[in-house]
Amino acid sequence: MSAVEITNISKAFNLGSSNQVDALTDINLSIASGEFVSLIGPSGCGKSTLLRLIANLIEPTSGELVVNGKSAKQARLDQDYGMAFQQSGLFEWRTVEKNIELPLELKGWDKAKRQARATEMLELVKLSDFANHYPWQLSGGMQQRVAIARALAVHPSLLLMDEPFGALDEMTREHMQSELLSICRASGTTVVFVTHSIPEAVYLSNRVVVMSPRPGRVTEIVDVSIEGERNDATRDNSAFFKGITSVREALRGVEMSDHVRGIEDR
Amino acid sequence: MSSRSSSIVRSVLPPAVFGVAFIAVWELVVKGFNLKPYFLAPPSKIWQKFTENIDLVWGAAKVSGTNALIGLLLGAFLGMAMSFVLSRFRFLNNLITPLAIALNAIPIFVLVAVLNNMFAITSEVPRRIMVTLVVYFIVLVNVAKGLTQVSPTHVELMKSYAASDTQILRKVRIPNAVPYLFTALKISAPASVITAFVSEYFGGSQNGLGSRITSNIANSKNAVAWGYVLGACLLGLTFYVISSLLEGVATPGGRAKRTKEGR
Repeated sequence: MSAVEITNISKAFNLGSSNQVDALTDINLSIASGEFVSLIGPSGCGKSTLLRLIANLIEPTSGELVVNGKSAKQARLDQDYGMAFQQSGLFEWRTVEKNIELPLELKGWDKAKRQARATEMLELVKLSDFANHYPWQLSGGMQQRVAIARALAVHPSLLLMDEPFGALDEMTREHMQSELLSICRASGTTVVFVTHSIPEAVYLSNRVVVMSPRPGRVTEIVDVSIEGERNDATRDNSAFFKGITSVREALRGVEMSDHVRGIEDR
Repeated sequence: MSSRSSSIVRSVLPPAVFGVAFIAVWELVVKGFNLKPYFLAPPSKIWQKFTENIDLVWGAAKVSGTNALIGLLLGAFLGMAMSFVLSRFRFLNNLITPLAIALNAIPIFVLVAVLNNMFAITSEVPRRIMVTLVVYFIVLVNVAKGLTQVSPTHVELMKSYAASDTQILRKVRIPNAVPYLFTALKISAPASVITAFVSEYFGGSQNGLGSRITSNIANSKNAVAWGYVLGACLLGLTFYVISSLLEGVATPGGRAKRTKEGR
């Protein structure tokens, strides 16, 4: 069964008014269960919008969206997915442990069960010693790990990530990418990952969806075929460089109407 | 531990030395230039009058302090209640907040003269209403800000958890507003004492610190008036210190410190 099925999705903001913005037109995309898919493209191509549509944080103007075999709204209500943003979005008045417990609280879990799951999650992201720290006592990379632990706390089959490593330095970033891959491998989680870093997209993904702006649409889907388990050695692999070249060429094909790149449209 | 105590010494010692030096210079100037007591009383004389009249000062402080405290609690309660209403109904927010800010900027305590007309001449009610009003607007503006200005990421997260509006209120908006409430209380606490004093200038019973200061000055008992001023300072300071301590207790994990460091 496919995890996400997107059929003829379009999204326009300010529909019908003089400043209507066509964020996405006619998107078709099928994401298989257990697959890692990145969305990449220049600012304004609607990659974050597409992610929010899958998350049912916004409604499409037209088209059909099926998540885990049900409507996107039902999938949201059932907490079928976990989500992480560029800002870790931790609640500064809650300890690390309580932050991870929040989605479980909203599901109505009792305290013992919540604590057990939070402990499990903290082990997963290797932050067991920091359970009772407050977010501001952690580094940016650690905060982002807590946010990922929180997103995974309900054991979702789908993980939606909007540039989760965008604010981290390069070393931390590469380290986090490897950790994310090993976590997903262990849990079999499907991931939809928004980024504007080509190496990041290629390193992480089975498929890279290249998008273009005005109106946002999918221009090409690049298959990344890297043999075996991905680790730091992968970054020196010729298949990795081949993937980067393919994505870069696909992005070059995208007509750029502005010169600003690498600045995100949040 | 020793580094901690030495840092306390470092932060307390300079202002303490400065304060003592200031009082010493004051004393010397009054004595040295032989200033008349009706012009400026020396600190030693003020302290003497303060201790002599300590019962009267304490009695007056209780009257003003009670007015300030009742107004503070009532104003904080009403301000919080109204801010919840405003955050629930946004159109009211746009209607009332600019008005509240404008009212905050004008010295509305002159209204006490009008209120005095409405109640018995010995009533403390007009003064308490006045304090309530002043505190109400400070708390309203701040807490409403705390309830509405939440991080968009937090709201999106809560939506992704399928949280209801009530859950978002309980788990995001209210905790977010807590530091704002304590900031408001820290501003309101001294303001409530000041308003209680000033309210006494507009007639009514001559029983509070504010009215005692004016009546003693009118009788040329300058040093006694200064003694009451000292009492007024101590009362204001007490209110401020208590509100600061409350903030420390109510915001866990040094959150106040973090917000001060300006995220």
